[in-house]
Amino acid sequence: MNDAESIVELIPRLRRYARALAGERTAADDLVQDTLERAWSKLHLYRRGTDLRAWLFTVMHNVYVNQRRAARSTTPLDDEMPELAQPARESDTLVLRDLDAAIRRLPPDQREVLLLVALEDMSYAEAADALEIPIGTVMSRLARAREKLRAMLAGLPPGGGTQLKIVK
Amino acid sequence: MDNTPQEDAELKALSQALHQLYDPVLGEPVPARLHSRPRRGRAAAIAAGWVMLGLCVGTFAGWQLRASRPAVVAQAEVPVFVKRAAIAHATYSPEVRHPVEVGADQEQHLVAWLSKRLGAQLRAPKLEALGYSLIGGRLLPGDNGPVAHFMYQTEKGRRITLYVRTEATENRETAFRYASEGNVNVFYWIDRKLGYALSSADLGREDLIKVANAVYQQLNP
Repeated sequence: MNDAESIVELIPRLRRYARALAGERTAADDLVQDTLERAWSKLHLYRRGTDLRAWLFTVMHNVYVNQRRAARSTTPLDDEMPELAQPARESDTLVLRDLDAAIRRLPPDQREVLLLVALEDMSYAEAADALEIPIGTVMSRLARAREKLRAMLAGLPPGGGTQLKIVK
Repeated sequence: MDNTPQEDAELKALSQALHQLYDPVLGEPVPARLHSRPRRGRAAAIAAGWVMLGLCVGTFAGWQLRASRPAVVAQAEVPVFVKRAAIAHATYSPEVRHPVEVGADQEQHLVAWLSKRLGAQLRAPKLEALGYSLIGGRLLPGDNGPVAHFMYQTEKGRRITLYVRTEATENRETAFRYASEGNVNVFYWIDRKLGYALSSADLGREDLIKVANAVYQQLNP
């Protein structure tokens, strides 16, 4: 499989991470699209034999940082879009929704580290490489992210799931 | 930094919850805009878009003065909506990043939304047999109210757009007509409540009429 095919194979993974990072679908896919455009044009900088996925996450990280820097506020205009029925979700939807909201409130630096380690199953060293930061910074950001999550989720009313451990 | 077993368990639970939240994204169809490897940079595409837009604005300014390329239909006869359709095509089809407002991955939603805004039941024709797949669509302002704009593309990224508007007078029908607006070729027809314009900058008359026929037949089974 050549590099181009590998990149295409990894698009769903990039979309998952982007959705977790950026939240809303269009914003997430914009992030992926910008990442891919940058990756295609910088492919000659990728060193063959190294981890292509890690390289793409580095590219996405840089695009994300630039996007946030350039972010402008937007106002939603259409508040009565016909919504399609959402497929029914498991009973722990509430807990997951709370978690989603809590992740959204984390500072982006901490959110990135948390998602690379806990969602992308990267080691601390891999996450440090992807974000181009020292491994100690990965660990401290992860610790702070988890601490904040604990506090946010513990502040929820009982019944909606006060502990992450409820989620199987 | 060693974690306690309790912290490890907590991290594992967190990881599982994150997978539960976001793994469904892996199963979603990848939007077309992420699939095609760009053939040119965005800056070039935007520049090309402006050039095409400029050509279309030129059309308004007095294209008919140029004798080198006579329009197939005399300019006076071309309905305003056809010119608007050509401009919409020239404006949006070169877009790399935001060719559509709502992607084909939300086709049902797109069609429901546009139908609601136009006040008519619309359908997005399926043109895969001719090599065109739906990218998505957007709402546009028209001279006669909201307009639906669907965009399709081939694997190579050639795009056609279908502009659909409501007609002021119902029960009107016209045959297929062909018009050429600057760089954009347009087939248009009116079918009772709706006026259609199919635009392309790549396809000649013969190829475009094939697509127009397929669209017409699907909309009038």
